[in-house]
Amino acid sequence: MSPVRIKDHWHEQRLFDRRALFAGVLMALAGLGVLARLYYLQIVRHDYYTQLSQANGVRTEPIAAARGLILDRYGEVIASNQPTFDLVLTPDEVPSLRGSLARLVRLGLLQAEDIPDLIRTIKSHQSFDTVPIRLHLSDEEVARFAARRFEFPGIDISPRQARWYPFGPLAVDAVGYVGTISANDLKHIDQAAYAGTAVIGKTGVEAAYEKQLHGTNGYRQILVNALGRPVQRPGALGRELHVEPPTPGDDVILSLDLKVQRVAESLLKGHDGAVVALNPWNGDVIAMASSPSFDPNLFARGISEKEYRALLEDPRQPLFNRALRAELPSGSTIKPALALGALTDGVIDAHQTVLAGYAYHLPGSAHLYHNAMHEYCGPMTMRTAIIMSCDVYFYRLAHLMGIDRISAWLPYFDFGQPTDIDIPGELPGLVPSRAWKATHFRNPAQRKWFPGDTVILGIGQGYFLTTPLQLAHYTAMLAARGLNFRPRLVTGIRNARTGKIHWKRPVLQGNLTQISAASWAVIVKAMVGVTTQPRGTAYFQLRDSTYPIAGKTGTAQLVSEQAKGASNEESYKAKGTLEKLRDDAWFIAFAPADNPRIAIAVLDEHAGWGSTGAAPIARKVMDAYLLGPDGKLLPDPGRGPFSAPARLRARVLPGVSATLTPLQAAARSNGPPMSSPVPATETHKP
Amino acid sequence: MIHEEVSTESRARRTLSGAARVLLALKLDGPLAIGLGIAAAYGLVVLYSASAESLPVLLRTGVRVVLGAVVMLALARVNPNVLRRISPWLYGLGVLLLLAVATVGHVHLGAKRWLDIGPIHFQPSELMKLAVPMMCAWYLHERPLPPRWGDLALLGLIILVPVALVAKEPDLGTAMLIGAGGAIVVFLAGLRKRVIAVLLLIAVAGVWLGLRFMHGYQRERLVSFLNPQADPLGAGYHIIQSQIAIGSGGVFGKGWMAGSQAQLDFLPERTTDFIFSVIGEEFGLLGLAGLLLVYGFIIGRSLYLSMQGPDTFSRLLGGSVALTFFVYVFINAGMTTGLVPVVGVPLPLVSYGGSSVVTVLSGFGILMSLYSHRKLMG
Repeated sequence: MSPVRIKDHWHEQRLFDRRALFAGVLMALAGLGVLARLYYLQIVRHDYYTQLSQANGVRTEPIAAARGLILDRYGEVIASNQPTFDLVLTPDEVPSLRGSLARLVRLGLLQAEDIPDLIRTIKSHQSFDTVPIRLHLSDEEVARFAARRFEFPGIDISPRQARWYPFGPLAVDAVGYVGTISANDLKHIDQAAYAGTAVIGKTGVEAAYEKQLHGTNGYRQILVNALGRPVQRPGALGRELHVEPPTPGDDVILSLDLKVQRVAESLLKGHDGAVVALNPWNGDVIAMASSPSFDPNLFARGISEKEYRALLEDPRQPLFNRALRAELPSGSTIKPALALGALTDGVIDAHQTVLAGYAYHLPGSAHLYHNAMHEYCGPMTMRTAIIMSCDVYFYRLAHLMGIDRISAWLPYFDFGQPTDIDIPGELPGLVPSRAWKATHFRNPAQRKWFPGDTVILGIGQGYFLTTPLQLAHYTAMLAARGLNFRPRLVTGIRNARTGKIHWKRPVLQGNLTQISAASWAVIVKAMVGVTTQPRGTAYFQLRDSTYPIAGKTGTAQLVSEQAKGASNEESYKAKGTLEKLRDDAWFIAFAPADNPRIAIAVLDEHAGWGSTGAAPIARKVMDAYLLGPDGKLLPDPGRGPFSAPARLRARVLPGVSATLTPLQAAARSNGPPMSSPVPATETHKP
Repeated sequence: MIHEEVSTESRARRTLSGAARVLLALKLDGPLAIGLGIAAAYGLVVLYSASAESLPVLLRTGVRVVLGAVVMLALARVNPNVLRRISPWLYGLGVLLLLAVATVGHVHLGAKRWLDIGPIHFQPSELMKLAVPMMCAWYLHERPLPPRWGDLALLGLIILVPVALVAKEPDLGTAMLIGAGGAIVVFLAGLRKRVIAVLLLIAVAGVWLGLRFMHGYQRERLVSFLNPQADPLGAGYHIIQSQIAIGSGGVFGKGWMAGSQAQLDFLPERTTDFIFSVIGEEFGLLGLAGLLLVYGFIIGRSLYLSMQGPDTFSRLLGGSVALTFFVYVFINAGMTTGLVPVVGVPLPLVSYGGSSVVTVLSGFGILMSLYSHRKLMG
């Protein structure tokens, strides 16, 4: 039995006090523990948690920079930005989604068949997101909606900047277009810099000068709550939010003359073909057209699958940039180049008269190479052979030169290699040679170079291929007596902030100094004869010109690859004649012949003879460039890097004063005056 | 002049003694009442910000504080002997109500915690927070201390029956607080050290068993406490966001109503269990330290008052009120800062909602009654 315990009040009080004090000490320690933890969180790790807190509530939204403008040489805007209006919907604020959409259908703003897809799209967004339900409203549609807006809570019109080509297809083959950034584009760009950017340059100047045109996007920080919903009135929380304004893209000034461009395009309307016109003294592209064409606005506002397929499946290939990419035999337009080569190498004497009959045959061969129309040439000097475009003379010339000289000479005129124009996409054409043939064909029998291959090269047929741009470039070299300027579309970049224009110097790529003045004289005189002599192939089209034109016609006989791949020249010819021939008309010219300001190449596909199809086009394009409204030759603007003739309408270049004087002044101050021969600019090619 | 000075002084003294007389008449302890008042006022200021400037929330809380104060005043005037005598009855009533909850209780958010009495949702577990320590103190009052094994077994039963019932609701936080209230009484009664050691062993075993039979969300909370990054958007989200809020507050805080974590909804349950983090974010280390200082004063004063208690019942119950209050504060501060697992324990006098304010102030009312009536007893 345990002893009876009696309550000892004094002892119990002491016991309690001890326990209470012990508990007090424990609590104080715990309190210190909490304080230590707070010290760690709020002082030691403060920066870390501040970052996390920022990352939680602050979302950075990009602000797209306005894309730079593209202007022609007089400041006319070819590519600009235009506010476009989308219909947007915020699901949260729409009382009845189906009802509202049905009423929009009745208003003619939506298509009934799109509704189920649209509802799915809307449902896939957060309820507070703004969802575009219809892009690119017309002005009339905007007005129609605005009048009934009160009926559509939660639905609104939202503006955005879209690329806009005010003249539609005009100059699209030079300017190019922008389109939605594709997965492939993403590989080549700094994705962070493109956050907020909707479109990217796909072709032409838009692609080549993407960096300058794009500008630098800005950003704005906005507060979002835990659901990601933007906070409308951030109050005290919004104090620290940062906004970085975007830097607009720079404006790009082109060498194009839109007036000339318009003429070129209107002349090509209904034809398949191309026009390229260059300034021989600096490589400026005056006009570049390819027909048929297409409206780049389709791509800029977002092309639909259907529209894109229609463009791709069009048999006339509107998306095909013929100016840069149509690789065709040059036809007789090549003859001046061969003649210059033959003269310079001493293969032939320009004044020696050669009897050229109906046909030419290789020594020891029975095969006859006829004139194109089986006509009779008669006694020919080099001059008359060029004037008449006597094929027999040039069969012989080619044979005398031999393939090795020809394949050495043609690259001097930049055939068979890119001209290095400042937009992407050009094709190099083809200058055949023994080495090329030896590696090109699978069949060993085809790898040998036959004399017949050389003969037809004399009239620009056979394996030789060139593009309209290359022919224009070559014509410019003929005009400038051997100066090789890199063709260029972009002459200046106008800084969007300062308004200052940085003018680009023309790039001299080479100079054919090995060709004597006498040889030039012969060839130029002959080319003038083409348009002025009654026997000249373009006489009837160009005889009444107020200024002298040096030209050359060409007719490219297109044969199938199959025929070209034939084992020898006999079967090639045989097969060639069996193939349906499509004759493409070429015409190259520069004018005025005594003091050239423009060099041009015209391709008119399936137009028959070069003189009838292409020469009138070239003539009218040159007229547009050279003649004033009174029909008289305009005064020579000089050969500056930015030659702005005095006749010009005073167009306002944004940010530059209304007259053109500053432009010209800038042109004068930045680039050296260009008079032939050669200024001191860098030389790229031998 | 001298006369005047004296008279001013005496007027001041008169005013003071006047206030003291009022307090005496009300049976209130001045310093404690002031500490509680400061904490409650601070709570209202923070709550206004945490509730996104919601006046209804503020009003409801104000009403609860006033209600709590009235109950405190009333309880302070009740004779401790009365309190002691009704303790077993109160306890019995509480157990019956808990049984009622278990059978006909109102289910809300997956837990059966409420009894509907007319328009009032009543949580019997709140009553048990007071009734269990009262019952324990009542039981030990008559018996010589320290308690013996037989006493302990009985006390264990007294404590564990309501704890088990509340834990079953499930409301682990409240169950723990009820258990702590009882255990604190037993500890203050002079529980022998080796018994404490044995109980600790049992507790460890209990935790192990508990882990096995825990509800999914309870186990998740424990796991996420140990490694919040394991599931940052799930169970660990509370802990991470709370620490971001407190840490980003720094020394001086982001300013009242300028805490982005709280204002932009990143901080969950920011008006209730995580209001401590709101204070840390908006008022910084200074704001939290100030609050802890007020709490420390309240606890210290309560402990002092309970040590003045004339009898065992008063001392044990008073000490239990003080220490339970500490447990509230420590667990809430600990869970928001990541020191202890997240258990649903509100920050006393500051957190929004429930009858917690009333319960807490009732406890202090009892404490004041025990103290202010000490001369009538003993």
